[in-house]
Amino acid sequence: MTLNMGPQHPSTHGVLRVVLELDGETVVKAKPIIGYLHTGMEKQAEYKTYTQSIPQTDRMDYLAPMSNNLALCLAAEKLVGIEAPARAQAIRVLLTELTRISAHCVWLGTHALDIGAMTVFFYCFREREKVLSIYDQVCGARMTASYFRVGGLSSDIPVGLLDRCQKFVDEMPAHADEYETLLSKNPIWLARTKGVAPLSAKDAIAIGATGPTLRGSGVSWDLRKAQPYCGYEGYDFDVPVGTVGDAYDRYTVRVQEIRQATRIAGQAIAKIREMGEQGEYRLRDFKYVVPPKEEVKTSMEALIHHFKIVAHGFFPPVGEAYHAIEAPKGELGFYFVSDGTPRPWRMKVRSPSFVNLQALPAMIEGRLVADVITAIGSLDIVLGEIDR
Amino acid sequence: MAPPVQAPVAAPHGISPDQVERSLRERFPDVPFRRQEGPAVRDHTLYLPVERLVEVCTFLRDDPGLSFAMLSWVGGVDLLPGQPRFEVVYHLLSIVHNARFALKVQVPEAHAHVPSVCGVWPTANWHERETFDFYGIHFDGHPDLTRILLPDDWEGWPLRKDSPLGYQEVAFTHNTPGRTVPAPDLTHLEPKKVKYRAH
Repeated sequence: MTLNMGPQHPSTHGVLRVVLELDGETVVKAKPIIGYLHTGMEKQAEYKTYTQSIPQTDRMDYLAPMSNNLALCLAAEKLVGIEAPARAQAIRVLLTELTRISAHCVWLGTHALDIGAMTVFFYCFREREKVLSIYDQVCGARMTASYFRVGGLSSDIPVGLLDRCQKFVDEMPAHADEYETLLSKNPIWLARTKGVAPLSAKDAIAIGATGPTLRGSGVSWDLRKAQPYCGYEGYDFDVPVGTVGDAYDRYTVRVQEIRQATRIAGQAIAKIREMGEQGEYRLRDFKYVVPPKEEVKTSMEALIHHFKIVAHGFFPPVGEAYHAIEAPKGELGFYFVSDGTPRPWRMKVRSPSFVNLQALPAMIEGRLVADVITAIGSLDIVLGEIDR
Repeated sequence: MAPPVQAPVAAPHGISPDQVERSLRERFPDVPFRRQEGPAVRDHTLYLPVERLVEVCTFLRDDPGLSFAMLSWVGGVDLLPGQPRFEVVYHLLSIVHNARFALKVQVPEAHAHVPSVCGVWPTANWHERETFDFYGIHFDGHPDLTRILLPDDWEGWPLRKDSPLGYQEVAFTHNTPGRTVPAPDLTHLEPKKVKYRAH
């Protein structure tokens, strides 16, 4: 029997369609069909300046907007050959780690909801709400942040933000304990996830899986450790890995990552305090970066630079660059080809969900229909990012 | 002025892209590899002839000194009006040696065919489908070369440079003097009637 699951199905996390060939309750063959959310972001980027593409990235992985912003900015910075100041880097680390916590919270809540544990959802969304209101304070938007810029940040962090983040970071380990109390030894949870949707390390690498999906299979590969960016080499944290690569392992890896992200965020707060609660947040290279607004109002040169960059965009050198970051879902990279004009000749997004979803058939073929839900959930996909 | 080229930095325990290039040249002395040059080519990229692609990729994956077991992504670039028109980019990742490496092949529009590397890295499947979907580059030997993100009945190749973005022309603009949008017809507009009230 052929069963058409989706594209409108509550547990496919968006508009994913999976065509399942069934033999009774067993899945013989599975084929994910995507593209229902395709908006041609890569094409649109060719008609926008590098900065104008930043709001587009918020809409890719809409659960982790800051990570997407960061990946684009770092790729553009690599292309241009500039680097944001240390204080801006620390703020970026703080906000992307908070993003990781919130993205993992949404994943845990919805995944548990799919499997039937409803309570966790409310706990997770409580913490996510706190992160979103921190975003709100930082940049005025809860989900579409667009806060990072090539060369730094769009504005400095507001006064009092660090205290608020510190409070959140202090509370978060206890909340992670709560999630684990609800799930880790829950017999129903164990029955639904232990040994379900396994992915061996060899298969995971062959299929190109990254992030918690790869680490759940026991491969200790984290770009923050292996190819550090934004000064991650100066932070002390562990990379949690699983053993057998089943849905339960991916769950433990992500919950541990919430704890590790909390650790990193705490260190980032300390670093920012060291460098001053208010201070340098953008590179002072006015060929590529907009000068601070206060200077635009007082200095003629700053006004000209502001006008040139806002009206034309900056002119990167002819060349190309690919930069990848460890987003909550895996390796998120941007590839820019520049012809020397303010608009990229080509922007390519390497999104982790797109690649990780390819592992779905390997996980569920020969297994039960009920496990398909667990497999899709445990992959942590966001269709906005897959279809772009 | 373009900033100077950044030298690719080798990871603490990794192999440098130069080493990768050297071992490739040693193993395939007859393949005319060419390193991509430019003021700001930030990743070590090697051009190679399209017919040797699969062979070279298999070596890169299997050689224990390189072990590029993961293909990070595949993507196309349209160089119009450049010739040959299309480039296909392969970004490889070696987890064991913590290294990245990029390969490129060039294909003309008249014969936009590239051998598929699905047999080397299964992950190439969707990436190649996406490249086909966007650029109409055919991957020979691909198990299921169909559209992936666009609808099956879509005509054309959207990311080609001669494919328009598609948008509605703005009625009033000073930016494009030679535009051909007809000016809105104002002759039928009645003069606005205003009622004055005496206070």
